[in-house]
Amino acid sequence: MNIVVCVKHVPDAQADRGFNESDNTVDRAGVDGLLSELDEYAVEEALKLAEASGGEVTVVTIGPDQAADAVKKALQMGADKGVHVNDEAIHGSDAPATSLILAEAIKKATDGNPELVITGMASTDGTMGVVPAMLAERLGLPQVTYASELTLGDGKVTIRRDNDANTETIEASLPALVSVTDQINEPRYPSFKGIMAAKKKPVESWTLADLGIDAGQVGLANAWTKVVEIAKRPPREQGEIVKDEGDGGTKLAEFLAARKFL
Amino acid sequence: MGEVLILVDHVDGKLRKTTAELLTIARRLGEPSAVHIGPGAETAQVTLAKYGASKVYVFDDEAALKNLVAPQAEVLAAVAAKTSPVAVLIPSNTAGKEIAARLAVKTESGLITDAVDVQAGEGGPVANQSVFAGSYTVKSQVTKGAAIIAVKPNSTAIEAAPAAGAVEKVEVTLSDLATAAPITDRQPKAKSGRPELTEAQIVVSGGRGTGGDFSPVEAFADSLGAAVGASRAAVDAGWYPHSNQVGQTGKQVSPQLYVAAGISGAIQHRAGMQTSKTIIAINKDEEAPIFELVDFGVVGDLFNVLPQATDEVKKRKG
Ligand SMILES: Cc1cc2nc3c(=O)[nH]c(=O)nc-3n(C[C@H](O)[C@H](O)[C@H](O)COP(=O)(O)OP(=O)(O)OC[C@H]3O[C@@H](n4cnc5c(N)ncnc54)[C@H](O)[C@@H]3O)c2cc1C
Ligand SMILES: Nc1ncnc2c1ncn2[C@@H]1O[C@H](COP(=O)(O)O)[C@@H](O)[C@H]1O
Repeated sequence: MNIVVCVKHVPDAQADRGFNESDNTVDRAGVDGLLSELDEYAVEEALKLAEASGGEVTVVTIGPDQAADAVKKALQMGADKGVHVNDEAIHGSDAPATSLILAEAIKKATDGNPELVITGMASTDGTMGVVPAMLAERLGLPQVTYASELTLGDGKVTIRRDNDANTETIEASLPALVSVTDQINEPRYPSFKGIMAAKKKPVESWTLADLGIDAGQVGLANAWTKVVEIAKRPPREQGEIVKDEGDGGTKLAEFLAARKFL
Repeated sequence: MGEVLILVDHVDGKLRKTTAELLTIARRLGEPSAVHIGPGAETAQVTLAKYGASKVYVFDDEAALKNLVAPQAEVLAAVAAKTSPVAVLIPSNTAGKEIAARLAVKTESGLITDAVDVQAGEGGPVANQSVFAGSYTVKSQVTKGAAIIAVKPNSTAIEAAPAAGAVEKVEVTLSDLATAAPITDRQPKAKSGRPELTEAQIVVSGGRGTGGDFSPVEAFADSLGAAVGASRAAVDAGWYPHSNQVGQTGKQVSPQLYVAAGISGAIQHRAGMQTSKTIIAINKDEEAPIFELVDFGVVGDLFNVLPQATDEVKKRKG
């Protein structure tokens, strides 16, 4: 089973994230980045499946130079090889463009025959959670997303998906596209051995031209949406904080009454 | 005025509140039409008309809801091809965002998700989003195709505005791909009798500080008629179901009032509750980051504060 995992390099959520003033895009240079934590679950699941069935795990990322770190981390965890799509024209791409590039990169990495594609449930910066569905649409693969449990067998993938009203079991024949949630596994930390081994693993660097994509289809200028205004939310005004001296609950109820919640 | 499609949000034919919210928003942008996929359209029609749907497009084929999201995107795309809508509004929940995603690719239209408000603007609808765990507000517009906007629950106060609600059947043959991810089993979640988390006006959440005992959290929630939420720490510990988790990888809530008890206020938790109108926290540690957000905070033990508050609320409510 050869598996492709899509991983994104994102600004660290613990840092002071922001935007580039010149073009309203996410600041990816001024803030430390890392492999999106939610994509670690995708890498882990791919590694487990490959270990069980024998097969290769290829990680694919789209992003600027520093996105190479996301690939590196996945290789350290145990993935076999990496693909980094890096092209200045990609800067500012929206989700439809990102999914277009990813789809072409996945096809190229698998000679047009992906068996299983695994993604995270959402990136921790954009948090849209739409790229997996777009990828399925573009690749013409069954979409089996938000997996909290996954089993593979008889050429079929079966997942558990939780939503508001119920828990669903969903089934699809391979090839398929799967996205996984943070409920599915416990991602491993790279071992010392893994870190050393990663240095020798192959990473391909591709441009849009390598994928046969016209620069006019992607990037900020060709995005199908535009940001018209960005405002830093004023810090919430510091509210009233009381120490409980035996009457904290009563004071809380008084606050609720004053705000007309009772 | 152009047509604005809204995707009806329902569970087994029973409408959810978001449907009326989407219709209310749609009226600002053009002439609303509802797209109802699945059973229950006859009953739904009455409510859809009440909130302003001129037309109700109905696709009632079992396969549509027995497969994951792809069929719904195909039905919407078919209706969009016929009506050339100015906008398509979809509930911004997990499935809704995925339907919107596929529709965007199919129709080559721009997509905005997680909108907390949508207004008419020059050059089309303008959507507000709250990003980076609520630290920024971003206004965006779609520049290509119909404006596909996934709107979060509780984004507007609903208003009735009766319209015709003329029913029109949609004829679509679903593709093989759309039926390639069948839902083979569906287990309803145990009902708590409390309001649904994302729709609730008040949410009371408990975290690691409960030590696994959610009874004071639940009792306080019940005194207020609130939904109960939980932090991931509480969910990971197995103290509360994952479907009640609030935060980045749980539910995003935006109630009138959010109460966090024994929750420290990690960035991932904030991402799910920071847009709440009023925030209250109870925490033993006065340094807990959650206190940076609150309108009212009690530094104290939740096992003392919540029961007292519950009694006082009950007394005041009579
Ligand atoms: C990729 C990723 C996604 C995540 N997604 C989410 C998410 O969706 N939702 C989420 O919540 N978290 C999420 N997290 C986890 C998040 O980082 C925190 O670990 C989590 O929110 C902590 O939960 P907590 O506040 O209950 O626990 P803690 O941080 O341990 O805080 C417990 C608090 O309870 C207080 N306390 C203890 N005893 C009492 C008492 N008797 N009375 C009053 N106060 C008391 C303590 O002072 C402390 O402040 C995510 C993390 C990652 C990496
Ligand atoms: N630039 C990217 N490079 C590689 N994978 C990506 C990229 N953007 C999104 N993805 C994948 O799509 C998933 C969902 O992303 P999103 O729709 O942006 O929330 C992520 O968890 C990744 O697996």
